[in-house]
Amino acid sequence: MRVDPRVTQFLVKSLLWSMTAFTLAILLFIIINISVEGLPQVTATFLFQPPHDMGRAGGIFSTIVATAYITFLAILIASPLGVGTAIYLTEYTRESWITRVIRFGSECLAGVPSIILGLFGFVLFVMKLGFGWSILSGGLSLAIMVLPTIIRTSEEAIKAVPQEFRLVCCSLGLSPWQTITRVVLPCALPGITTGIMLSVGRSLGETAVLLFTAGAALRTPTSLFDSGRTMAVHFYILAREGISMPNAYGTAAVLVISILLINLTAYTLMQRFLRRYS
Amino acid sequence: MNREKFIERLLLVLALSSITSLLLITIFIFLEGLPLIWHTGLTNFLFSDHWAPTRGRFGILAMIISSLLVTLGAMVLGVPLGLGCAIVLAEFAPRRLKLILKPTLELLAGIPSVVYGFLGVVWLVPLIRDYLGGPGLSLLTGALILGIMILPMIIGISIDALDAVPESYRQGSIALGATQWQTVARVVLPAARSGIITAIILGMGRAIGETMAVIMVAGNALKIPTSILDPVRTLTSNIALELGYASGRHREALFATGIVLFVIIMILNFSATLITRRK
Repeated sequence: MRVDPRVTQFLVKSLLWSMTAFTLAILLFIIINISVEGLPQVTATFLFQPPHDMGRAGGIFSTIVATAYITFLAILIASPLGVGTAIYLTEYTRESWITRVIRFGSECLAGVPSIILGLFGFVLFVMKLGFGWSILSGGLSLAIMVLPTIIRTSEEAIKAVPQEFRLVCCSLGLSPWQTITRVVLPCALPGITTGIMLSVGRSLGETAVLLFTAGAALRTPTSLFDSGRTMAVHFYILAREGISMPNAYGTAAVLVISILLINLTAYTLMQRFLRRYS
Repeated sequence: MNREKFIERLLLVLALSSITSLLLITIFIFLEGLPLIWHTGLTNFLFSDHWAPTRGRFGILAMIISSLLVTLGAMVLGVPLGLGCAIVLAEFAPRRLKLILKPTLELLAGIPSVVYGFLGVVWLVPLIRDYLGGPGLSLLTGALILGIMILPMIIGISIDALDAVPESYRQGSIALGATQWQTVARVVLPAARSGIITAIILGMGRAIGETMAVIMVAGNALKIPTSILDPVRTLTSNIALELGYASGRHREALFATGIVLFVIIMILNFSATLITRRK
């Protein structure tokens, strides 16, 4: 028996649309559940008091500080490397074996699972270089994790700057480096910022890398060599050891909402940027 | 002009940072892990399921099998669901709706894996325990959570692949009297094949390398699973659970586990790169 193609089409379309609806429902469920259960916990005291009794009581202040330090350090290290790579790839070379090697390195690095980065950071930074479980070890390991994101987004942003801009600079007698610093980079800045913001988002949520490089000390870190427990690690420990369900939900709410806001801003920024040049 | 030359050199050095990091990672993981594989023997390490670090037994077969099964399960859920969403967004949805839905689905990617794991424990584990039996923390739970986690990656790359198919292919097919679905199934999907396969391979890499969510929901039992309701411990969970207190041979064994994981991921990455390049 031959089914009318229009009937098949109707059936398939309904199936595919319900799949999409299902996926959206999962996303909504996650956001709503975390907000409803978590947001009531998030008060000024929760945000600005250090945890007491392993996180059973008190707030999450020290974890916010640790998260901020580690993320800032990671971005500080990864940004020049990533943007530099992107400038080199787009402005200084044609496709050659060396660009292929660089791209291959960045693509593979993007695929390296975070637990492997954790192992690596643990053996190199924590053990061999003697930084111990610290903000420094955690920041360095995270920098490697976010490097491919920054490279990819910056490259895309720099490529979006119209070629005429460069030609005009050249005709005015600017050197390549002057062209880059005075024209290309300022134009590409919103796009580059997007990559950096996405990296901040990823750093906030990362756990596996930091568990073995930054450690899980609850004290507020005061130096690069102090161990620090980030929000994500704190949430993991609260949830896994069943220390406090309300505080786990509260931490999750702060974490998820900040990440979603950061990613949303990054996305809007990139869209607006791309529209300007197309 | 010397300054320009210097800047170019400097940028080249910066540009080599990613490949250098990759090399350093490879070197250090292998340096730490290989002595154990040498000591235990590769076959013994890979094909024994006896893992008892205190008694000097380091066999990771159970974890390899668990990792593969959890990943397979995640693909069974994630690939059709992700591909379905991608087809709807790229082919069926009106432009306006696509502009809203695409970034919304990308937000799924931003949610940290610990949150997926946590919600898995709170909602999925009791559901599976009550309705299907077993401890709830199981291979099935792990596979379901991972299947959801790889969705953004599969959707994102598949949409790009579908969008890259020239509009004229669709017009030609419609002009021949094919329905929209026939066009998608027989013209667009085959044309976007390599991109979709890349999406699936990278999703697989993501699933097999995921750690925190799996630790939280899969139960971490050290045996080869005989049912999908059995608790399992994957390669990644094994490293994360024991690295905190391991030392000596035991620590080496965890790095050796890392080598196995690393090799699997690199093979997947290589194949993805090859497929993309052939296009």
